[in-house]
Amino acid sequence: MRMSLSRFLPRRRGLLLILLTASFCLSLFSLPAAAQVDTFQFDTPEQQERFRRLSNELRCPMCQNTNLTGSTGGVAEDLRREVHRMIMEGWTDEEIEQFMFERYGDFIFYRPRLRPETILLWFGPLIFLIIGGLVAWSVWRRASSDQDEVAELDEAEQARLRELLDKQS
Amino acid sequence: MQRWKFFIPAFAFLALAVLLWRGLYLDPQELPSMLIDKPMPAFELTTVEGEQVNNADLPDEMFLLNVWGSYCLPCLVEHPTFMRLAEEGEIPVVGVNYRDRQDLALNWLDDNGDPFAFSILDESGRFGIDLGVYGAPETYLVDGNGVIRYRHVSVLDETVWQEEFLPAIEELRAEGGS
Amino acid sequence: MIPELGSFSLILALCLSVILGTLPIIGAHRHNVLWMSLARPLAAGVFVFTAIALLILAYAFITDDFSVSFVANHSNTLLPTRYKLTAVWGGHEGSFLVWTWMLTAWTLTVGVFSKSMPLDFVSRVLGVLGLLIAAYILFMLGTSNPFDRIVPLPPADGADLNSALQDIGFIVHPPTLYMGYVGLSVVFAFAIAALLSGRLDAAWARWSRPWANVAWAILTIGIALGSWWAYYELGWGGWWAWDPVENPPLITWLFATALIHSLAVTEKRGVFKSWTVLLAILAFGGSLLGTFITRSGLLTSVHAFASDPTRGVFILGILGIFLGGSLLLYALRAPLMKSDVGFGLFSRELFLLANNVILVVAAASVFLGTLFPMVYQAITDDLISIGPPYFNAIFSPLMMLLVVLLGIGPLSRWKRTSGSYLLQQLGKVAIASVALGIVIPLLVLMEISIAATVTLILAVWIVLSMGKDMLNRSSNKASLIQGLRSFSLSYWGMQLAHFGIAVMLVGAGLTSYFASEKSVLLEQGQSTELGRYTFTLQDSYPIEGPNYVGSRTDLLVQRNGEEYTILHPERRVYVASGTPSTEMAIDSGFLRDLFITLGEQKESGAWSMTLYIKPFVRWIWLGAIFMALGGSIAAADKRYRRLRQRKSAEQQAASKGAAELQPAS
Repeated sequence: MRMSLSRFLPRRRGLLLILLTASFCLSLFSLPAAAQVDTFQFDTPEQQERFRRLSNELRCPMCQNTNLTGSTGGVAEDLRREVHRMIMEGWTDEEIEQFMFERYGDFIFYRPRLRPETILLWFGPLIFLIIGGLVAWSVWRRASSDQDEVAELDEAEQARLRELLDKQS
Repeated sequence: MQRWKFFIPAFAFLALAVLLWRGLYLDPQELPSMLIDKPMPAFELTTVEGEQVNNADLPDEMFLLNVWGSYCLPCLVEHPTFMRLAEEGEIPVVGVNYRDRQDLALNWLDDNGDPFAFSILDESGRFGIDLGVYGAPETYLVDGNGVIRYRHVSVLDETVWQEEFLPAIEELRAEGGS
Repeated sequence: MIPELGSFSLILALCLSVILGTLPIIGAHRHNVLWMSLARPLAAGVFVFTAIALLILAYAFITDDFSVSFVANHSNTLLPTRYKLTAVWGGHEGSFLVWTWMLTAWTLTVGVFSKSMPLDFVSRVLGVLGLLIAAYILFMLGTSNPFDRIVPLPPADGADLNSALQDIGFIVHPPTLYMGYVGLSVVFAFAIAALLSGRLDAAWARWSRPWANVAWAILTIGIALGSWWAYYELGWGGWWAWDPVENPPLITWLFATALIHSLAVTEKRGVFKSWTVLLAILAFGGSLLGTFITRSGLLTSVHAFASDPTRGVFILGILGIFLGGSLLLYALRAPLMKSDVGFGLFSRELFLLANNVILVVAAASVFLGTLFPMVYQAITDDLISIGPPYFNAIFSPLMMLLVVLLGIGPLSRWKRTSGSYLLQQLGKVAIASVALGIVIPLLVLMEISIAATVTLILAVWIVLSMGKDMLNRSSNKASLIQGLRSFSLSYWGMQLAHFGIAVMLVGAGLTSYFASEKSVLLEQGQSTELGRYTFTLQDSYPIEGPNYVGSRTDLLVQRNGEEYTILHPERRVYVASGTPSTEMAIDSGFLRDLFITLGEQKESGAWSMTLYIKPFVRWIWLGAIFMALGGSIAAADKRYRRLRQRKSAEQQAASKGAAELQPAS
């Protein structure tokens, strides 16, 4: 309930207000533990699957961090109903997403859209992997050039290990 | 291996720490409205009293659009501010009765007073979606051309009025908006 | 009065831990044996006083002392006693006390089980842990004292524990996670001690390994418990939500997994030393970052504690001192270490290096996705959400790559392995995996599913390559049984943990792709079908619990027309808070779970509910159990104990010799 409290808490008021606010929040935003069950009807399994996917990938705008499927908030309920209506009216996924974007912005998408600002996000992991690969390659190249001296150094290392293990205080 | 390479983790951490420190003072709930500088969405609904209303019925001057509900306790908290604004005629206030029942809304207005020019009845929350509302209370500042210029989420008390709305209104008036 | 004793006890523990964090480290630097020998008794003292504080907090809960603000906010007279006890870690302040207490317990354990290590090393390890404990207690006393009172008017009754937290999963999940986190602090302390002393060698790696393995195993269980809890408590049957609070434990786990592999190379071959130290620091950093994110309200999450920037700044300070300090120390000391052993292409070193690269890249990517919204907001002042679709897209390919290497790595040899040897060893295994992976889903499902095929190919690949390795290793023994007996515990541990990955892979893959669900409205006596099952609503009636009221339903489940079981999904309202809550009904099975969420009763009297069939979902946690078992078994390997026994025998002999000399002198 952290978010709801901080969100609705006016700045300089008394305890009564806090209690009022708290009880309001409890009534409006129930915990995720009270799961949401809708009984929408669909004509085809594809429609149902699209509904499931969209309401999993759209975020409830007022909740802590849940998708439309998992949220009990009033807005989430309305938005699920809207998604259902749009699917039944034959809207495409793009149209539904555009509808959501115009009203709630990027915040509503759990799958961030690829834009100049999110390029780093989407390609970051690939960049990390390339850097990691280059580092590993340079480590290996250096290590394999040491190959000739392997045996000797290995013994030295062993000797040092023995020495260290024996040297107990 | 060059020694400076071993400083990379420390520098990376330093950058991260600065970022985290900055992040502490951001509010990840302060969802900006997508409708700023957009015209009011079209609607064709009734008022709480049951009269037909649409965009043409909105005030021709700058006004506040307050999203409220009878279930909403913080709305009670901000109610005196709207009552004062209405009494002093400082700015017209239009209500949006959001996800509520007509009878409960009417009772609430009877009990607490009605500061609104009229309240749009949005039982289904569908108009709320067009506005990008995510929970009552929210208050929008709309200019004389019917364009949304500012949104405040949560309680609008006297402090918020003084510190956020008055400057915004001054600015709009200076622009010669209305 | 008693709660004040708790604060007082914490202050005493703070004083002792400050001494623990200074004198032994300085003593080790100046070779002052007296100062060094203070470390163990001080560690015991810190433990005792922290434990007393914890007991006092538990007592305040049991006696319903609502003048203590933390108790008033997280308990209620109606709360059953067992939940009163677990409410101790039901909020920020108390859970931090539990965390700190666990750190003191690990510190004491290190003190007890470190007889084989040199005194100066032990002193440094305990000293570093002492500093950490001091910082934690200071944080607690400064910003979040669990013993703070409500003055002047304490409430007559408490606000009750969050209903989602009144549950067995919650009782065990956070403490286990903290245990794992805190265990990584121990490994971190070993690394810092090694950096301080300049003794970064195979012996250090050998001392660290069992601790790292145990910490990793506990962390694995802790994360799995969290996943299990979310699955049955949060109500939509998801087992991993990529929540900003779930991600830091995963990041930590990925670093820790890289660490236990890297420690193996450092111990056996003396390479990657500075890298291993860095991983130990990073794994610890992950755990601190997890604390920071959970407790500062930095990111929105389902289960964040109350947000408070002061706390955030304080934890950031701790993060800065310990992580910044240790990374600086690393930058200064690591160049002195030389990995002077070479290795060739396809060597086991190289495969373990690749393992580390992938794990660290995965950790960094999850980290990027977790923090990106904050960076985005700081730069554009706009909000963005990053959720499961993103994380699944980046995480799955990396893990697939890792699993492919996982099959090869154990069969490769140290120093150098020829490519043709690996091909000869694994060629048939690869072909068999692909064949089985394609055929099994075809036979079972009668349809081609790419997701199931890929999942099964990879899982079969792990299992078959494991089998091949075991056969190879026992080929010079008289029989397979004899061969299996000859394997060391650490080998068994590795294989078990790898097998756990295969099991988890099957669970995660098949659950995600083959779950079926259906939302229905059932009136009394009505039935609905899902898969092979028929569900009939037989009855619904009101129930009353100790601190809640609600409705319960009897749902008859038939399989292929025969009665199978009756399930009882519930809907509750907790009295003190007025919070509604759903109690899922789950029929768990080895091959599938039936999972039912009860919605609301409509005016017609019909109940809305969602029915799920989740195939293989249990395998996810079963896999985690195998992994944790593997880690624990590996930590119990003889060679760590043998060393200890030999050393203690030597020490005994030495002291005996000294004793025999005594009369003469």
